Amino acid sequence: MTKEVKTDYAIDARGIKKSFGKVRVLDGIDLKVRRGTILALLGPNGAGKTTTVRILSTLLPADEGQATINGYDVESQSDEVRASIGLTGQFAAVDEYLSGEENLLMMGRLYRLSTSDSKRRTLELLEQFDLVEAGKRPVRTYSGGMRRRLDLAMSLIALPPIIFLDEPTTGLDPRSRLAMWGLIKQLAAQGVTILLTTQTMDEADYLADRIMVIDNGKVIAEGTANDLKTKIGSDRLDFTFGNKSDFDKALKIINGDNLQSNQESRLISIASKGGARQARELLQRLEDAKIEVDTISLHRPALDDVFLTLTGHSAVQESDDSSQKGGK
Amino acid sequence: MDKKKFYSSSVKPEKHSNLFWLAVHSWEMTKRSITHIIRSLDQLLSLVLFPIMFMLLNRYVFGGAIDTGNVSYANYLFAGILVQTLAFGANYTTINLAVDMKEGIIDRFKSLPMAGSALLIGHITADLFRNIISGIIIILVGFLVGFRPNADFGEWTAVFGLAMLFTLAISWLSAILGLMVKSLEAAQWVGFVVIFPLTFISSAFVPLHTLPAGLRAFAENQPLTHVIDTMRSLLVGTPLDNSGYLAVIWCVGIIVISAPLATRMYRRRTPR
Repeated sequence: MTKEVKTDYAIDARGIKKSFGKVRVLDGIDLKVRRGTILALLGPNGAGKTTTVRILSTLLPADEGQATINGYDVESQSDEVRASIGLTGQFAAVDEYLSGEENLLMMGRLYRLSTSDSKRRTLELLEQFDLVEAGKRPVRTYSGGMRRRLDLAMSLIALPPIIFLDEPTTGLDPRSRLAMWGLIKQLAAQGVTILLTTQTMDEADYLADRIMVIDNGKVIAEGTANDLKTKIGSDRLDFTFGNKSDFDKALKIINGDNLQSNQESRLISIASKGGARQARELLQRLEDAKIEVDTISLHRPALDDVFLTLTGHSAVQESDDSSQKGGK
Repeated sequence: MDKKKFYSSSVKPEKHSNLFWLAVHSWEMTKRSITHIIRSLDQLLSLVLFPIMFMLLNRYVFGGAIDTGNVSYANYLFAGILVQTLAFGANYTTINLAVDMKEGIIDRFKSLPMAGSALLIGHITADLFRNIISGIIIILVGFLVGFRPNADFGEWTAVFGLAMLFTLAISWLSAILGLMVKSLEAAQWVGFVVIFPLTFISSAFVPLHTLPAGLRAFAENQPLTHVIDTMRSLLVGTPLDNSGYLAVIWCVGIIVISAPLATRMYRRRTPR
């Protein structure tokens, strides 16, 4: 690594703006990531997540604003920035015809490591990412999960202090996703600074120290997962009833914050105060009153709720135009 | 999952001049591209199949109807087929760059402390390698259908040198095309649409005096004709005139203009 410049923030961006033609993709993004922490950029397709990552990783010049990575300016010190970062994209950017081992060796040399360092790091990474057996096979024979692991391993070859993960689990099956989460957590535990983008609240919640919600190129909320949840509204507990008289009786018994009811679907919904105990108490009271409960369910706020609450529009319906031009 | 010590290792990046790293990175990219060729031999086969088909069709279907004076048609035709093969081979830079763009590996390369031209140099050096193999195959097939060169060692060396220079020129042009096209399909067609008419409106298959005036003026002054005439003269001893100089000037001119242009385009190009 090039010598580290001491700043509190590994990533520090101010007022980043970017347009593609007439479409404004980023409209003044401010972003700071403290050393050794994980920041998740949460937003729907076309929100500007990938464009942000591309600017911070020197792939794209910003129209306005400034950014330093590891203390180096992305515009004027791009070589130093590149030596400080690892980038793992949305689509596994690995070479299909080369073997895993050849991919890693090549990356080592491209990061300006010596041949012996490249070889040593390649063996270490194959071991750490469970790719020893597959190491000699061409990558096109790999599964999606293996590719993604190799992709991450490739960005770690020169041990960069900062890692960008652009939707690291998109398209992975649940098991590979969990494995990836495990790897990311372990990386963070060793003091690496990570900026990751994601479309799911779950992922941001599980991995990140801080979450930044962006929409249409603007930051619309920022904080820890707990901060955001308080802002968005808590988990909800829903009850439905088999007939109207039970529903009417239940309405008199169930109380709670922010109660909502729907007569047609015979649904009563309240803000949950955290789980099983509250549910059990309510069920007990309903049972004492001889009211039959049809179903009971607990809802966590999803990305869609975040967007509905914060922006007034749904997360899924984004204009195709901006999502294409803004990169994926 | 057991705890892994990803960062317990350490590395020391080497201090060398940028030129040193350009050489190392170009070599890495060349190794990569040549590995692609070796691991997808079917691609190489389909590449030579097309000129072989052309050689057979021209030789046996049209050959009898074309008067090439005191050289046999098999001897006349060969230089044209060889140059066509080289041009199609050099066009793989367009396709391979388009594939790199599509697969996002260019993002990765651009995020590394690596010189921009290394990837282009890698693809182009691989074109040279590919054209040596396909050139040898075409020469062998040529012998089978009656190609009888009278070139000596020096002339064969000159043929090899011009083949490589011509490949370089077309490859750098292909790099520009590869950075311009928006899809893989376009990359496959654009070379075809450019190279195919250019080989036809040249001295590749028929003597130029048989062409109508307008076409003939174009054919006589385009680079492929000069390259083909030079090859033919070296191989079977047809008159050279000033084709030799013009062929070299055209190729060097194309390289001098398109190499810096392609490098600049690569730096600016934003992959999807």
